Amino acid sequence: MNYLYAAYIATWVIHIGYLGHLLRSYSRLQDEVEELKKK
Amino acid sequence: MKRAFPILAILTAGLLSWGLYAALVSAPTEKTMGDVQRIFYYHVPSAWTAFLLFSINFLASVFYLVKGKPFADRMVNAVVILIAVACCVIPFFVKPLPLGVEPGAVGSTGIGIAILYFGIRKYFAERADVLALVSAEVGVVFCTIVLVTGPLWARPVWGIWWTWDMRLTSTLLLWLIYLSYLTLRRFSSSSQTPTLAAVLAVFGALDVPLVYFSIWYFRTQHPQPVIGGGGSIDPRMLNVLLLNWLAFLCFAFLVCWSRYRLEILRRDVDEAQALESLLAVGGGR
Amino acid sequence: MSTVGLTRATLVKDIRLEWRSKDAINAMLFFALLVVVIFSFSFDPTAEQSRQIAGGLIWVAFLFAAVVALNQTWARELRNQVLDAYRVSPAPASSLFLAKALGNFIFVSVLEALMTPLFIIFYNLRAIGPAYQLIFVGVLGTWALVVNGTFFAAMSVRTRSREIMLPLLLFPISIPALLAMVEGTTSILTGEFSARFWMVLLLAYDVVFTTVSLLLFELVLHAE
Repeated sequence: MNYLYAAYIATWVIHIGYLGHLLRSYSRLQDEVEELKKK
Repeated sequence: MKRAFPILAILTAGLLSWGLYAALVSAPTEKTMGDVQRIFYYHVPSAWTAFLLFSINFLASVFYLVKGKPFADRMVNAVVILIAVACCVIPFFVKPLPLGVEPGAVGSTGIGIAILYFGIRKYFAERADVLALVSAEVGVVFCTIVLVTGPLWARPVWGIWWTWDMRLTSTLLLWLIYLSYLTLRRFSSSSQTPTLAAVLAVFGALDVPLVYFSIWYFRTQHPQPVIGGGGSIDPRMLNVLLLNWLAFLCFAFLVCWSRYRLEILRRDVDEAQALESLLAVGGGR
Repeated sequence: MSTVGLTRATLVKDIRLEWRSKDAINAMLFFALLVVVIFSFSFDPTAEQSRQIAGGLIWVAFLFAAVVALNQTWARELRNQVLDAYRVSPAPASSLFLAKALGNFIFVSVLEALMTPLFIIFYNLRAIGPAYQLIFVGVLGTWALVVNGTFFAAMSVRTRSREIMLPLLLFPISIPALLAMVEGTTSILTGEFSARFWMVLLLAYDVVFTTVSLLLFELVLHAE
């Protein structure tokens, strides 16, 4: 039974992890856009 | 177009929730394997999605290499159409078909490839490279899930974490090839990185049939435990499977779309920064 | 100058340069010897077991030695801007590639020829199957590693961490060939199976990837 939950949780951890990585990249890019706008 | 995103996101969330409920609760419990079998409803859709994404990467890479070269472009167009026709026609002449292969499936795969390729040609003519990158990255995410959920399913049911059978080994190999693809993308500082990556994708695609043959023969010499296997599937289970596949396809689409927009933004920012530093150097004189 | 003549000229030049800089060759030989020794006392089997596993061990050792040799394939060209000269010249890119691949093939074969007797000694190896087939497996297998290795080395030339990039690209793609090499060698050593399928697979692998490398090298050469 633990295997079942482990599999489902692992799936979503990986998906959420990737989405989090995308969000972080996006906010970093937003910072760079702000920098450029200032110049 | 942008307004579609939130609507699709809500729809996808709904489908995923429904799929989760169906997989864990309403789907019938499998007789021999028990509840652990429910991993199947996440494992298989992830695999199909990963393969679809890798196929898109391959087609986008091929298009990127022939774009702007009229002769090569026409050749590839002809080959794609030939493959589609062959897939529709050949299953009727090759008898008996290998186990588990339906004529309809082969035909629709061939037509699907053609639709994907010409679709990429039409809608991603300028940004084929971005599409290749995006599909590779998201494909690796889904493939990772396949490789994690697979052993978690195999261990309690068949007693082993891993075996070198065709499907597992091919999946592992695809994952490795695409990891090397992403590594090349990240580490290469050449302006021609997209071309190099596209070439690597072609190498990888050529490798896959060779992997198949080598593992097939290896297994005839060294019999290994058989995991899973064909056999008919309960229609109620099939419905849950297809539901989850649809949900994950929509999810993959949204993730790819987001990554695509992120990449376009990234490139625009890089261009702006390069321009800005050029101007700064020029203006400083 | 004809393509064949050009290939030969480049190859001869490379060999001559390598021969003159014996430092690199000696270092490589010493590395190969160390690999054999370390493998030998890491895995110390009986004569019977050794026939089963020697195939895998030998090819893994060859693989590492080949990667070390391949890594500096294009180093000399990079240092002296030779690649730019090639790009500008009307010479076909494929002849440069072929010359480089052949040079690497010769070099790696020399390494293998020196490592093999040591393996035979340390593992008390004796082939039960037809030993002459080992030559085919060796030649086809080495070419498989070298042709892709030379190509990927060229692709890695402008990347960060160039040395690690090559194995990262080479290993996944080489897996079917590696399986064939290992299984073929083991089949011949143990005499249990015929190595014919593996040799055919290696041949197919070599044909496919040599063709693709020759066709696509132009793109890589201009990719700087």
